[in-house]
Amino acid sequence: MKSDIKLIDSKGKRLDGRKFDELRKIKIEAGVLHRAEGSCYLEWGENKILAAVYGPREAIPKHTQNPLRAIVKARYNMAAFSVEDRKRPGPDRRSREISKVISEALENIILTEKYPRASIDVNIEVLDAEAGTRCAGLTAAGVALADAGIPMKDIPASCAAGKIEDQVVLDLGKEEDNYGNADLPIAISPRSGEVLLLQMDGHLTEDEFNKALNLAINGCKIVSDIQKKALLDKYQPALEVD
Amino acid sequence: MTVIPSIKRDYLSKLAKQGKRADGRKFDEFRKIEIETGVVTKAEGSARVKIGNTQVLVGIKMDVGEPYSDSPESGVMTTAAELIPLASPDFEAGPPRENAIELARVVDRGVRESEVIELDKLCIEPGEKVWIVFIDIHILDYDGNLFDAASLATLAALFTAKVPAKRFELGDDYTIPLKDPPVSCTSVKFNDVVVMDPSIDEEEIADARLTVATDKNGDLRAMQKGLSGSFTTDEIRKVIKSSLDNGKTIREQLYKIIGK
Repeated sequence: MKSDIKLIDSKGKRLDGRKFDELRKIKIEAGVLHRAEGSCYLEWGENKILAAVYGPREAIPKHTQNPLRAIVKARYNMAAFSVEDRKRPGPDRRSREISKVISEALENIILTEKYPRASIDVNIEVLDAEAGTRCAGLTAAGVALADAGIPMKDIPASCAAGKIEDQVVLDLGKEEDNYGNADLPIAISPRSGEVLLLQMDGHLTEDEFNKALNLAINGCKIVSDIQKKALLDKYQPALEVD
Repeated sequence: MTVIPSIKRDYLSKLAKQGKRADGRKFDEFRKIEIETGVVTKAEGSARVKIGNTQVLVGIKMDVGEPYSDSPESGVMTTAAELIPLASPDFEAGPPRENAIELARVVDRGVRESEVIELDKLCIEPGEKVWIVFIDIHILDYDGNLFDAASLATLAALFTAKVPAKRFELGDDYTIPLKDPPVSCTSVKFNDVVVMDPSIDEEEIADARLTVATDKNGDLRAMQKGLSGSFTTDEIRKVIKSSLDNGKTIREQLYKIIGK
């Protein structure tokens, strides 16, 4: 896609002043909702996301039950007012696809075999959207699952890398996403380094892909530290009392 | 009735006989209300309202569109509510059901019939182009009394919203022309006790519900009775009285937030 917008200035800074390997500002708070078993509020740049976890509970309808393990149902949903032009409420093809890949990523990392026939429901609400909502949503879901006490191999962390003006950069902003050359959102299990989610659109050479993947993995590790800090902020005081 | 609600009903009725509620409130007392505006950058206006643990987020979006043929010189408003599964273990995904539709319609009526939005001032070209105001109610945490939380969040969002004229190349942005808002207060009745601002447990066992919206002058602007139980006329008069009292306090709190 061609445009007149200069995404990188002469000093090598991006539109919002970030360096190539710099994330937008991320703020995470665990346990913000009363009814949910676990929840998380996350701000990532201008993105604002709320995630809530219910379950494990009996999976309904019954035919969706798996006698050997729990099913994980993530539901990614955008609020009507979260985007520039109002979005019609309810799921569309894009949000169904994102829900599916997030469900699959979470299914890998949750110890589903502990809860046969159960369902673990993860609701991700995008309240304010500005590029990178699936990574932000999955990151919030990871914290909400931990807050709910769902047993997991690890807390999944997610982040994207991309290419703008032939330069591989971390965590694309809105204009960079619109006018850039490629986007590579991934999610990993930070301890093992396994990749749980990977999508790509645009155009990358093999070298650029390797560079972007490494950059995104490093981004995930930074995200992971922020996730753990949010959980410690909530639970550390309780630990100290004992 | 299933087992758990009937146990709840016994417990709450027993407390009520001693003049008490489970959370220690008086019968006509609201939970703590918090109002926060400007929480969504992409929306023209937004507000998050907490009543106790209940949390509602309302966002206002605006667009340019055609007016209805029977009112060619007035803007259009639409209200939608979603009871998203994030907010309660009992909410299911899918198109809005009865409860979400009643909620949206009651909020819509409160705004529309009291003419809070001066729709005739939202006309751009008579018969051709007018502003459309979308009010979207997002329930985040359901712990009872969605009606009042949704109405209050809608008002706070409207009062802090900007018409995005610049984006549509129609001059500078300006605030939506609004009049004094009516404030809605909801009560429920169970076992002949009437309580204001029901918690989720009180709502679950309620026989009847009454929402009363009152204005600055102490007049009535909208009412909605819900559920299959009934009220005596004395009870209705009492509900109106405490709705006026609570409405006054809530209005003062709202005015403080929106700088009025």
